[in-house]
Amino acid sequence: MKINNIGYLMKEGIRGIFLHGFMSFAAVCVTVACLLIVGGFSCLMYNLSIMVEDLNKTNQVMVYVDENYTDAEARSVGTLINKVDNVFQATFVSREEALEDFVADHGGDSAFVGVDANPLRHRFVVLLEDNSLIEQTVAQLQKVEGVVKISAAYELAQGFTTLQDVLHIASIAVIGVLLLVSLLIISNTVKLAMYDRRDEIAIMKMVGATNGFIRLPYVVEGFTLGMIGAGLAFGVLWLLYDALLGRLASVDTLQLLNFVPFQELLLPMISIFCAAGLFVGIVGSWTSIRKFMDV
Amino acid sequence: MIEFTDVVKSYSVGNRALKGVSMQIEDGEFAFLVGPSGSGKSTIIKLITGELKPTSGTVHVNGYSLERIRKREIPYLRRTVGIVFQDFRLIQNKTVYENVAFVMRAIGAQEKEIRERVPYVLNLVGLDTKSRRHPGELSGGEQQRLAIARALVNNPSTIIADEPTGNLDPARSLEIMSLLMEINNLGTTMLVVTHAKDLVERFQKRVIAIDDGLIIGDGMDGYYTHEDQ
Repeated sequence: MKINNIGYLMKEGIRGIFLHGFMSFAAVCVTVACLLIVGGFSCLMYNLSIMVEDLNKTNQVMVYVDENYTDAEARSVGTLINKVDNVFQATFVSREEALEDFVADHGGDSAFVGVDANPLRHRFVVLLEDNSLIEQTVAQLQKVEGVVKISAAYELAQGFTTLQDVLHIASIAVIGVLLLVSLLIISNTVKLAMYDRRDEIAIMKMVGATNGFIRLPYVVEGFTLGMIGAGLAFGVLWLLYDALLGRLASVDTLQLLNFVPFQELLLPMISIFCAAGLFVGIVGSWTSIRKFMDV
Repeated sequence: MIEFTDVVKSYSVGNRALKGVSMQIEDGEFAFLVGPSGSGKSTIIKLITGELKPTSGTVHVNGYSLERIRKREIPYLRRTVGIVFQDFRLIQNKTVYENVAFVMRAIGAQEKEIRERVPYVLNLVGLDTKSRRHPGELSGGEQQRLAIARALVNNPSTIIADEPTGNLDPARSLEIMSLLMEINNLGTTMLVVTHAKDLVERFQKRVIAIDDGLIIGDGMDGYYTHEDQ
């Protein structure tokens, strides 16, 4: 294939889309349908994983400060706690505030009225970045000067970690299978398009066209169709996602479900769709045409 | 030049399409290849165009040794051999002009060269006024002339015509044969595979007769068949 052919072959590729209109339409529709399924499921899994992560972050570690520390000294321990790896946030709770919370937790029982807060310790409510590292972080926190006791819900943290792992593996497996099935379906559609044009390919072979010369228009066509399919699927997914978010926002009982806006998913979704469109278009047409090249 | 030496071609064990064919067609020669269906004619064409490799023996076509040709060399071999088929094999969605031009593009010809050469060849086969038509809008004879133009456009040293008149009436057949003869007079080697005994006798050219995978006759003196031996 010579360089002065490139322009012609690109034009032929684009021409092929319109020339075989129905097959092009079928290929785009199949690509859109498959990518919508994969994309939709990816969005769902991403949101679920974010929700579990948010839930995980509510798991608190209570860090108690030496009762002999003054208010100011106790607050200064916070600086050291914040320096510990994996600490997301450390909020100071004075012994007075702790007592108020305690009384409130017990429905403001009159038995606690007038009780001195002195027996209680100043404390920090610590949130972690990654709860799977809770044991290592607690060990680090114990070494902080002024910290006398730590209370952490290890089992809850472990539960969240397991849930996240399961979700992660399930996402990869389901998206992988969906992607594979989509690729097979799209590849078959491309093969049908190629089968439709096997005579044309055979003629090109017989007149001495090189494989590159024959392939390039089909690859350009496959690439263009793949990108059109990916673009359409992306747009439709965006619209559907926004519409769904709008519906969820209007239902009070579903306010707890915190879905991220589509803009936040823009970059990963564009990457996935473009990669899938490119892969399906180029690899699909490249491999499908191979069967008809052996003349 | 086309040269077959003791060529055997087996498709499967015990099924030999060619059983030791030797022949030589010189540059600029005109030859008919005749024989009944299943005699091995198509196998010979496929060997010449590199679609098949011989099981044993040697095949030389325009400087290429077909028994050891590499896959990536086959397109270059085919550029030296123009092929005309009985069923024309034109690309239906391309115009007459494009059907011829794309063959030049396949070898990387410049647009300027294509714009000069294609009208010249279409004029040679009498289709210059129909360059914007599609094959479906042409008669059988015109389609075959278009196929000849396509085979001719890259100036190949050899043209193989496989039953070029098989789908045409006698008048159009004569017209096509005369055109092939004219092209041969310009120096192109011509091998015409045919069943048309009347045409073979009319043109008085070399006849290679094949039957059951063997050459059974080769000469200027008529149409050989197995029964004639």
